[in-house]
Amino acid sequence: MNHDVVILIAEDDEGHFALIKKNLARTGITNEVARFTDGQEVLDFLASQSSKPVKSKACLLLLDIRLPKVDGTTVLERLKADDLLKRIPVIMLTTTDDPREVDRCHELGCSMYIVKPVEYENFVETIRRIGLFLSITSIPEIGKGDLE
Amino acid sequence: MHDETVILIAEDDAGHFALVKKNLWRMCATTSFMHFRNGQEVLDFLFMRGDGPVITPNAAYLLLLDIRMPKVDGIEVLRQIKADPELRKIPVMMLTTTSDPAEVQRCYDMGCSFYIVKPSIYSDFMAAVEHIGELLCLPGVQVPQINLPSTGDNPT
Repeated sequence: MNHDVVILIAEDDEGHFALIKKNLARTGITNEVARFTDGQEVLDFLASQSSKPVKSKACLLLLDIRLPKVDGTTVLERLKADDLLKRIPVIMLTTTDDPREVDRCHELGCSMYIVKPVEYENFVETIRRIGLFLSITSIPEIGKGDLE
Repeated sequence: MHDETVILIAEDDAGHFALVKKNLWRMCATTSFMHFRNGQEVLDFLFMRGDGPVITPNAAYLLLLDIRMPKVDGIEVLRQIKADPELRKIPVMMLTTTSDPAEVQRCYDMGCSFYIVKPSIYSDFMAAVEHIGELLCLPGVQVPQINLPSTGDNPT
């Protein structure tokens, strides 16, 4: 993952956000992090990105499902319906392990669905592994249209 | 990831396949793997064509997909999977030697989950596969079950 990829984290729980950010950093990910505390904030941000004609930033979204105002599933649906923004990889990071929710999110096009472990040590380990995994991925730039 | 999830590996290079399988196996010892040598074999499996093995209803799959493969390339395999209303739920990770940004963009536009460039240095390649395995074998990683593909373009 390039250093200029911005990691968007939609997480209303202050404690969870702090844990995610800290433990991603511990895996060597020093990328800029942008936090959103409800689904509407994410949609507003994405709308501002989509409307800018020349924007070459690469983003990745860690998305909780239970969020105030607009839930994560709706955010995912809107994002994947946008021609420009749909290429943003979305990792669902949530407390729900309902198979219907898992099914729905993969149908809508999430990249990965990960249930947050309840236990502290496991949560930390999960974030560590996400961080190490992300460090080997290539994340696309958005808003440049077709490079070809 | 649950033990019953099957990891499909589409890779024509036997050496790369051995490496990927060995390192994933170390991380997710209870998971089963299937190997496909070209894109056609993957499509035959998923769309239940030909005489080879075919998908099991209600099983969960995840696909590691090379791009440069004989017969049908990875891009076409990705396109067909993501065009099917049922099979599109399968997470597809591109694992390839090509780092061309246009190719990266195209694969994400088509719905790949992640795009990973195979490192050319042996130890880096091993570490990369280890990171993939460490993520996938987390108990929290949920992969959906797949019903039979609802494809209408099956010529048979």
